[in-house]
Amino acid sequence: MSTVFLALQTNEETRPIIEAILQDNPGAVCDEQPAMVKINADGRLVVRRETIEEIIGRAYDLQELQVNMITMSGNLDQTDDEITLFWKS
Amino acid sequence: MDMQVAKKKLGLKERYAVMTRGLDWTPSYQKMEDIYPYMAYEGIKIHDWDKWEDPFRLTMDSYWKYQAEKERKLYAIIDAFAQNNGHLNVTDARYINTLKLFISGISPLEYVAHRGFAHAGRAFPGAGPRVACLMQSLDEIRHAQTQVHAISNYNKYYNGMHDFHHMHDRVWFLSVPKSFFDDAITAGPFEFMVSIGFSFEYVLTNLLFVPFVSGAAYNGDMGTMTFGFSAQSDEARHMTLGLEVIKFILEQDPANVPIVQRWIDKWTWRGYRVLTLVAMMMDYMLPKRTMSWKEAWEVYFEENGGALFKDLARYGITMPKCAEQIALEKDHLSHQAWSTFYNYAAAANFHTWMPDEDEMTWLSSKYPESFDKLYRPRYEFWREQAAKGNRFYSKTLPMLCQTCQIPMVFTEPGEPTKICYREVDYKGDKYHFCSDPCKQIFEHEPEKYIQAWLPVQQIYQGNCFPEGTDPTVEGFDALAAVLKYYNLENGRDNLDFDISEDKKNFAEWRGQATKNI
Repeated sequence: MSTVFLALQTNEETRPIIEAILQDNPGAVCDEQPAMVKINADGRLVVRRETIEEIIGRAYDLQELQVNMITMSGNLDQTDDEITLFWKS
Repeated sequence: MDMQVAKKKLGLKERYAVMTRGLDWTPSYQKMEDIYPYMAYEGIKIHDWDKWEDPFRLTMDSYWKYQAEKERKLYAIIDAFAQNNGHLNVTDARYINTLKLFISGISPLEYVAHRGFAHAGRAFPGAGPRVACLMQSLDEIRHAQTQVHAISNYNKYYNGMHDFHHMHDRVWFLSVPKSFFDDAITAGPFEFMVSIGFSFEYVLTNLLFVPFVSGAAYNGDMGTMTFGFSAQSDEARHMTLGLEVIKFILEQDPANVPIVQRWIDKWTWRGYRVLTLVAMMMDYMLPKRTMSWKEAWEVYFEENGGALFKDLARYGITMPKCAEQIALEKDHLSHQAWSTFYNYAAAANFHTWMPDEDEMTWLSSKYPESFDKLYRPRYEFWREQAAKGNRFYSKTLPMLCQTCQIPMVFTEPGEPTKICYREVDYKGDKYHFCSDPCKQIFEHEPEKYIQAWLPVQQIYQGNCFPEGTDPTVEGFDALAAVLKYYNLENGRDNLDFDISEDKKNFAEWRGQATKNI
């Protein structure tokens, strides 16, 4: 399976989000670069609203992620509860 | 008793449907083909526009909200940067030349992209892509503006950025990025989406922004890093649009596949040729390097693009053929480009220099196959000559490739000591090319590319001198007249970094910032 990734700015807002992503995607690898974090996963990566809300202790709208995203790879699907990045083959 | 019940909000999918397709209507007294006149001539067949959906499902109301937040963050930092004399915190003044390249070469393209997406969005009958194009069009003008604002803090202190837009339309090497985008916006709306939306934004943008932005971060440039990240947050959405557009077109009709494949082949090559400027910036112009051009190409194109084309294989799309040639050029591209700019430093809006000993060592380690054998000896010779007072500035004009407009400095694939020349006879004229892909692109659309505005030919025709210039007078200095036409001041905006005002001023100002005098 090919690698999908999501790169986020390193800041106070993304810290709990990165934590949530790593918790929900056990195979994901976190590559820390200057001022940014690139999370790589094999074929599929999920960002879950509920996990983020548990960590930050407030309601979270996944569209808030728009502010801190840098780049990504893979097909994307977003709902109220999840953002999924995936390759079909 | 009235109960206060929280009004149930619409879910993301419903909200997206209401705010895109829900706002659309079917015309009753005008024909669709009159309203959308550009839908047929490129040969692309679309049967159901409603199949297109933005995977982020972003609607205009949310768009304004998040963009406003991005702007607030960005301008808070730009103000802090200016208030804190941020320009003196960069690694050394050579770094500022990357900003000159960016403001005159890239920022004007953001503005053209704004116009291009506005035009493409207007041309599509589908509400989904129209809304996504509208957002991208607004993003692009935001990028142009924020880049101008962020870099204007450098323009107050350093040379070469004072008239970037005028230069973009005139300076010889800036015709490379300019003609690339002009080529895209003069294509039909579907080709525009494949050229910029897919090939540039999805396949190649990481090679432009990620190295540039992390380069800024590595080199202490907080202002540029911040606008870069702010723009990059929009890029993630643009990439998604680019990929969705491709999948949508391919799923609509099998007859679309060969047309799209030809566009992908063409635009991957065209985009790669423009990235020559980025390759040279990464390997030579950043005092503190992030990664080499070759490494970036391997991560962001070979690995990441490889995954993408594997995924698109189910539609019958294959990796562009030019990828093989690019792989052969990756050990040479940046060195050949920097050598060219070193020679033509008299006619550019930024300074060049020879790498120091540590930098040569870095280049050897990153390019073990090519650097010590082919490029180090050349640089050592030039450095010796410069030390003896013979710093060489080429004042003749190079032959340009008719398609990419880059001087014909690239070597044969696999034969790095032989310059690559291709030519085509068309309607009694001879046209020159730097490579097979550039030649093939011309051969497919000769009537488009014979109209190219080539800076060298224009200078020879006398079109690049200030009004009233008489090139027939004795002792006429063509270069001086051309620099005047570019609005560049000879000896100030051009030539070697070592003798530049930028270098002298930066050292002096940094001294003042750290000592009591």
